[in-house]
Amino acid sequence: MTSTTAGKAAAAPSARRRGPARAVRPALVLAFWLVVWQAGAWAVGQDFLLASPVSVARRLGELLGTAELWGAVGHSLARIGGGFVAAVLVGIATAALAAAWSVVDTLLAPAMAAVRAAPVVSFIILLLMLPGGSGTLAAVTSFLMVLPIVHATVLEGIRQRDRELLEMAAVFRVPRWRRLTAIDVPAVLPYLAASCRVGIGLAWKAGVAAEVIGLPEGSIGERMYDAKLLLMSADVLAWTVVVVALSFASEWLLALLLSRGEARLATTGGSGPGTSGSGEGPGERADEREVGA
Amino acid sequence: MISLRGVTKRFGEQVVLDGVDLDLPDGAVTALMGPNGSGKTTLARIVLGLTEPDAGTVSGLHGLRRAAAFQEDRLCDQLTAVGNVRLVLDRGRAADAVAALREAGLDDDALSKPARDLSGGQRRRVAIVRALVADADLVVLDEPFKGLDRAAHGRMLELVRERCAGRTVLLITHDAAEAEALGATVVTLS
Repeated sequence: MTSTTAGKAAAAPSARRRGPARAVRPALVLAFWLVVWQAGAWAVGQDFLLASPVSVARRLGELLGTAELWGAVGHSLARIGGGFVAAVLVGIATAALAAAWSVVDTLLAPAMAAVRAAPVVSFIILLLMLPGGSGTLAAVTSFLMVLPIVHATVLEGIRQRDRELLEMAAVFRVPRWRRLTAIDVPAVLPYLAASCRVGIGLAWKAGVAAEVIGLPEGSIGERMYDAKLLLMSADVLAWTVVVVALSFASEWLLALLLSRGEARLATTGGSGPGTSGSGEGPGERADEREVGA
Repeated sequence: MISLRGVTKRFGEQVVLDGVDLDLPDGAVTALMGPNGSGKTTLARIVLGLTEPDAGTVSGLHGLRRAAAFQEDRLCDQLTAVGNVRLVLDRGRAADAVAALREAGLDDDALSKPARDLSGGQRRRVAIVRALVADADLVVLDEPFKGLDRAAHGRMLELVRERCAGRTVLLITHDAAEAEALGATVVTLS
């Protein structure tokens, strides 16, 4: 017993030492790459070919105070985010339908495989050939990039549900809504989260690429293209930093929403509307308090 | 009465049940005993409607509400003990879930923990309670007391006796004393 306590006491300062080191490490890694970038910029010696980090930071600082940046961010965020959200909703629906009916799966599988395999530029060109296609280009492109990923991953999650729990639910005739919240969604949620994490990055990449090609007015892509025409590499890199920040922020927000959803399911799963009139009534809440839940 | 006549079930080449006849009288406990691999669980699955027999007939199941304590606990890990029991109960019966879980010896701390954090014995008791409090005409208990310590075993046996009074019960067990304690008619599968 004594030795265990001594061990813990000895381990505590070590853990404290590791804590700050772990926190500092990402900053050190970032600093390393900034130094490499700066060295590269010095080696090139032409700011219009490769702007230095300082030039990019300065330009980014200027842009942050302009309506131009926030307008472009709003424009691209609405379209790329809209395409992503639509892809997630449609992907969940198509996966559920494919899991329920094999004929739907048979019909959808080749279509999803084709969308996944086709070069994104093909869709962009096809959309540009349509009247007014430029306005919806980023939304449709991000939708098409994300849809097959969400469909395939959620379908796999549905198929990997715990068969023993499903049998239990069948025997007890657990109402559909309760089964959904207590068994189906918790099983599928990790798969959905993984597909969203992959999908959001792809949505931004493909969406901005589509904007650069289609040049919808007021978009981030249009700004990047203008900067390229004028050989303003500091602007191109500043807009790239904006896109990367938006991608990270979207990923962070998604992770937050999904973890909150998971926590909510843990506390409310098994309640909610059901065919036999289940629900979280006042009596049930009182019981939860009674047991200290 | 639930009646099985000439029930046969094969898994590949292996014949698990071969022309089995079995009656489960209404409101009585029937204990199914027999060596491992004799088809007890397969028979229970047929009674629960989870497995279709290859041959034979099963009658008396239509419209029956069923409940089961499976060999595995089959709990939703993210839900609390109360949440797992409430999952199978009609609205307004949450108090029954709490009362039965307390009768099973689970304290407030255990009731509020996610099932994944419960001990093996606690999980088993939650699984049994879920079967006992559900509104069911037929209760199937497949080796329900497996893994329980002596005190918990006695407590749960008593709870089964109380809660299953007047209901049709199929108990699968290797312990003749359990069958006797529940006043069961013993049927042996060979």
